[in-house]
Amino acid sequence: MTLALDIQQLRKVYDNGFEALKGIDLRVDQGDFFALLGPNGAGKSTTLGIVSSLVNKGSGQVRVCGHDLDTQREAVKRSLGVVPQEFNFNSFEKVDDILIQQAGYYGIKPKLATERAEKYLKQLDLWEKRDVPARMLSGGMKRRLMIARALVHEPQMLILDEPTAGVDIEIRRSMWQFLRELNAQGTTIILTTHYLEEAESLCRNIAIIDSGEIIAQAPTRQLLQGKQRSTFVADINQSLTEVPDLNGFNCRLTDDGSLEFDIAHDDNLNDVFAQFQQHGLVVTSIRPKTNRLEELFVDLTSKQPKQEGAA
Amino acid sequence: MNHPYWVAFYTILSKEIRRFTRIWVQTLLPPAITMVLYFIIFGNLIGDRIGSMDGVDYMQYIVPGLIMMSVITNSYGNVSSSFFSNKFQKSIEELLVSPVPNWVIMLGFVFGGVARGLACGIIVMLLSLWFTHLEVHNLFVMLSVILLTAVVFATAGLINAIFATKFDDVTIVPTFILTPLTYLGGVFYSVSMLPEVWQWVSKLNPILYMVNTFRYGIIGVSDIPVLSAYGMLFVFLAALMGWALYLLNTGRGLRS
Repeated sequence: MTLALDIQQLRKVYDNGFEALKGIDLRVDQGDFFALLGPNGAGKSTTLGIVSSLVNKGSGQVRVCGHDLDTQREAVKRSLGVVPQEFNFNSFEKVDDILIQQAGYYGIKPKLATERAEKYLKQLDLWEKRDVPARMLSGGMKRRLMIARALVHEPQMLILDEPTAGVDIEIRRSMWQFLRELNAQGTTIILTTHYLEEAESLCRNIAIIDSGEIIAQAPTRQLLQGKQRSTFVADINQSLTEVPDLNGFNCRLTDDGSLEFDIAHDDNLNDVFAQFQQHGLVVTSIRPKTNRLEELFVDLTSKQPKQEGAA
Repeated sequence: MNHPYWVAFYTILSKEIRRFTRIWVQTLLPPAITMVLYFIIFGNLIGDRIGSMDGVDYMQYIVPGLIMMSVITNSYGNVSSSFFSNKFQKSIEELLVSPVPNWVIMLGFVFGGVARGLACGIIVMLLSLWFTHLEVHNLFVMLSVILLTAVVFATAGLINAIFATKFDDVTIVPTFILTPLTYLGGVFYSVSMLPEVWQWVSKLNPILYMVNTFRYGIIGVSDIPVLSAYGMLFVFLAALMGWALYLLNTGRGLRS
C-alpha cells in the first residue's frame, strides 16, 4: 500500500546555522491517525513545514500519497490540508469568503466552493458566523475555521500543528470527535500536540522527535507497554507525618499529605495495597501522577543531549 | 475558463479588487482629492498665469501627467501594501500551501494592482473633465501605455513587498524614489524648458517616457519619441517580472 507520508533522511539547517532536522525517517500509513510529538524546538513544525511547502527542504526525500515533493509538488499540495499552529488568515475577511477563496486556489469554481464552505462550516459549528469578519471569532472558533479551510478541497491527508492549543476542554473534545469521524471516513491525520492525553486518546501511532532526531516511533499501545515505571498518587484516610516503609516500592509524601509511589511495569498493584494494609493505612482513592504517555515522553526526551538555538 | 489556474487567478484578482473597494476611503478617495487640488492650484490658479505649454492650454498639458501619476502610485501601492499585509498576517501561507503556481500568484497580485491603478486613473480623468476639455489623439497609445505602466509599477510593488520585513519598508520606495521621479518626470513641465544637461539627466528617468507617451495619446504632444517609450516599457516589464518570479520561486522572504 502507498504510504500517506514517506520521509527519508530529511535534513534542514536554517540560515542561522541551527540544525533543525538531522536526517529523519518517518513513515505514516494511509488512513492512520498519527502523532508527532516532541518538546519545543525539537523539529516538529519544521518537518510539517517542509511537507506542506512552507519551509524549504535541506536534503532528503519526502513523498506524500506517492507523490515526490521535489518533482510533483503540485500533486503533493493537492493531497494535503494544512492547519498551522498560528492563525494565518486575513482577519478582516468574512468567514465564508476565507473558505471560498481557499477553494479557488485549488481550482474549485465558486458554485462548488460555496457548497463546500457551507458543508464544512456547518460540520464545524461555524455556519451562524459565516458573514462575520474572522477577527470577531473566539480562539476556538478561529481554530475550527482553520480546520474547515484545510478541508475545503477535501484532501487525502490532514496535517494539524497543535490544533487544540488554547481551546477549552469542551470544544477540544468536540474537535476530537470531529477528527475521529474524519479519520474513520479515510482521511489520514497527522498532528502535533503538547496535550499528550490528546495523542494517547486519538492516535494509533506515535513518533517522538527531539533535537532534530526521531527517538521513538511505534504504535501507541506498544510504546506505552514498553514503559518501565509508573508513578501513582494515593489519598489516605489519615494525615501522615512520616513516610511509611513500603518494602520494594519507592514512596514519598506529597505537600497535601498524599502518598506518591513508583511501580515497575512487572510489579503488582495488589502488593502495594497489601503493604498499605499492613501499616493500617486505608487508601480512599488512587490515580496516576501524570498521563502515561507524558511520563514516557519525559523519560525519552530527558535522555537526549540538548543543543543551543531554535528554529 | 475552467482551468484550475484560471480559477486561482480569478480568485486572487477578485480578492484584491474586493480589498481595495472595501477600503475605498483609503484607496480611491485620496487620489481623487489630491488631484482635484492639483487641478485647482496648478491648473486654474497658477496655470492661468503660465498660459500654454507646447502649444496647448496648461491645464490640458498637466492632466495626462496627473492621471499617470495616480496610476503609478496606486498600482504600486496596492500590491506592495496588500502583499506585505498578507506576509505580515501570514495569510500568504494560504497560497503557499495551495497548488497555485508562482506565476499565477504574481499575475493575480499584479493585476489586482493594475485594477486599482486604472480605477484611480479613470476617477482622475473624469474629475479632470470638470476643469478642462480632453480629446483622445491616439486611443491605442493611450490605453496601451497606461496598461503597460500599471503592470510595470504593480510588479515593482510586488518586488518591494517581497523584500519588505516591516511596514516602513513599503513606504520608503514610494516616498524617496517614486514620488521624486514622478515629479521630475515631466508631469508639470516640458523637459525642453530645462538646460541641456538636465534634459539629458531627465531622460534617464523612465517615468518621463511613460508620462510623455500617455500625453501623446491624449493631446498629441511628447518630449520623447513614442517608440522608445514602448521599448523601455517592455524591457522593464520583462526584467521586473523575471525578477519577481525568481524571488517567488526561491521563496525569498516567504519560506525559511
